[in-house]
Order: sequence, then C-alpha cells, then structure tokens
Amino acid sequence: MNSFITNNDGIVLKYVVGNDDFSIVGEVSSKIKNVLKQLNIDNKLIRRVSIATYEAEVNVAIHSLGGYIEVTITENEIKIKIRDNGPGIKDTKLAMEKGYSTASNKARELGFGAGMGLPNMKRCSDEFKIESKFGEYTELNMKFIK
Amino acid sequence: MKISKVIELINGEILIGSIDDSINFAFSSDLMSDVLAFVNEDTALLTGLVNNQVIRTAEMLDLRTIIFVRGKVPPQEVVNLAKERGMTLLITNFTMFESSGVLFKNGIEALRISNE
Ligand SMILES: Nc1ncnc2c1ncn2[C@@H]1O[C@H](COP(=O)(O)OP(=O)(O)OP(=O)(O)O)[C@@H](O)[C@H]1O
Ligand SMILES: [Mg+2]
Repeated sequence: MNSFITNNDGIVLKYVVGNDDFSIVGEVSSKIKNVLKQLNIDNKLIRRVSIATYEAEVNVAIHSLGGYIEVTITENEIKIKIRDNGPGIKDTKLAMEKGYSTASNKARELGFGAGMGLPNMKRCSDEFKIESKFGEYTELNMKFIK
Repeated sequence: MKISKVIELINGEILIGSIDDSINFAFSSDLMSDVLAFVNEDTALLTGLVNNQVIRTAEMLDLRTIIFVRGKVPPQEVVNLAKERGMTLLITNFTMFESSGVLFKNGIEALRISNE
C-alpha cells in the first residue's frame, strides 16, 4: 500500500498501478478486497467492488501509462477513484459500449479485450462517472452504497 | 456434484484443493472479462488460459474451482497464487466442448445471461 489515512471522512487508501508488468495486474484489487473483508463489509458488496476495481485496474495496466486507485470507505459508502496519466479516451461514449475494444494482442492473450470492462463497472456500481481528456488522463469515479 | 465425480467424468487430475468440495454450476470461457461480466453464482470456471489473471478473476468473484482444459497446465507460480486462496484446480485433456458437455449431461447447470 502506498498510503493509508484515517480521518473524519473515513478510511482512505491509495495504491499505485503500473503498466509494465502484466503478471502482477490484480494485486491492488486483491489488497483492496482483503481490507474490505477485514472491515466486515457485506460479501455481496465486496464482490461488486472487487469486480469493478479489478476491471479498472486491468484497464489502467493495459490501456494507460499507469496511474493510481484511491479507495474511500465511510460509514455509508465505498468510493473508488481511478486516475491514470493518459493517453486518455477520445470518445468515452463509444468506449462505454459493450464490445468496443482497442486492446492489444498481448492484453487479449491474457483474456481481456471483450469490451465488457467499462459496462461491467457501471453495472456493478451504484454511481459511475467517467471523465477523460485525450492526451492527458482518464478518471473514473464509482460509488457503492453500503 | 463432488469434485471426485467431476475428475472421473472429465478424466482429469487434481493439482490442488479438495476432492470433497462440490460444484453445481459451471461457466466456460477464455475471456476473463466475460467471466467478470456474467458469472454471478458459486460457479466452477472452465478455461484454456493458464495465467495469473485467471486466478485473479476467480478471486474477485469468490470462485473456488477452476478446470483447465485442452491439456493446458498452469505454471507453478499460478498454482501457488491459487493455493494461497484455497482454490481447487483440476486439469483435463478434454477440450472445452467435451468437458462442458459431459458435465452438463451429468447435471451441472449453466448460468443464464440476462441482457439488460
Ligand atoms: N484507462 C484507460 N485509458 C485509455 N483508454 C481506455 C482506458 N480504459 C478504457 N479505455 C478504452 O476503452 C475501451 C473499452 O474499455 P473496456 O474496459 O470496456 O474494454 P476492454 O478493456 O477493451 O476489454 P475488457 O474490459 O472486456 O477486457 C478500451 O478498449 C480502450 O480503448
Ligand atoms: Mg477493460
């Protein structure tokens, strides 16, 4: 973990996600899942958060130059923010369509590139926001109600 | 269905886990993002992929049983990752089609995809 803060807003965890070593993709989501388990959060909710976080982590690793995942756990909700350092998405509406994918062959060999990740994150979360500036960054914000 | 019965039906082998575990549902795919999108029960996963991402995908979904088909054998690193998570791993020389077919014929259920 790269930082762990507890304050009035709850617990804030922040993890760096790289884009160079595909074999460790999922480690961050795994760590987040373990923290949620220790906090005795409902298993169904943990599962939804885990699926969405993992899809997002994979996207950062295979489509971006790297970034970070920030988790905020409060009494009533879990918020996940994923931000990367680009290259950004030209058309986020198109990216959200089921089946749309620009995944590389290397990513496809790992079992990704169905164009299902972003729609699945939206399905799993209670609130989903995607924001991107082409050439700069992509930022996802997801909220899960406890 | 007990894992021991599964092994018998697919002429398989157990790498790690328990033959006394059991499965009721199965999902077959080499696309992990489809697994993440469609699997919503305590389901066994049949796949021809043998990398870490298969284990990570199963971990996120709380899946406990993975059957590697077409004679694919996961590397030790992948087996270790699954072991730490208490999973059961099986291998078989059957194709995805035959493994799925024989399990389905013997009562393992399929998932229904909802199209919303
Ligand atoms: N963080 C990102 N940076 C740049 N482009 C992205 C990012 N996330 C998604 N995209 C773009 O949006 C497309 C759709 O993403 P989505 O996650 O839905 O599918 P995928 O990653 O291609 O395949 P899957 O998630 O099914 O394995 C990607 O192919 C890519 O073009
Ligand atoms: Mg994706």
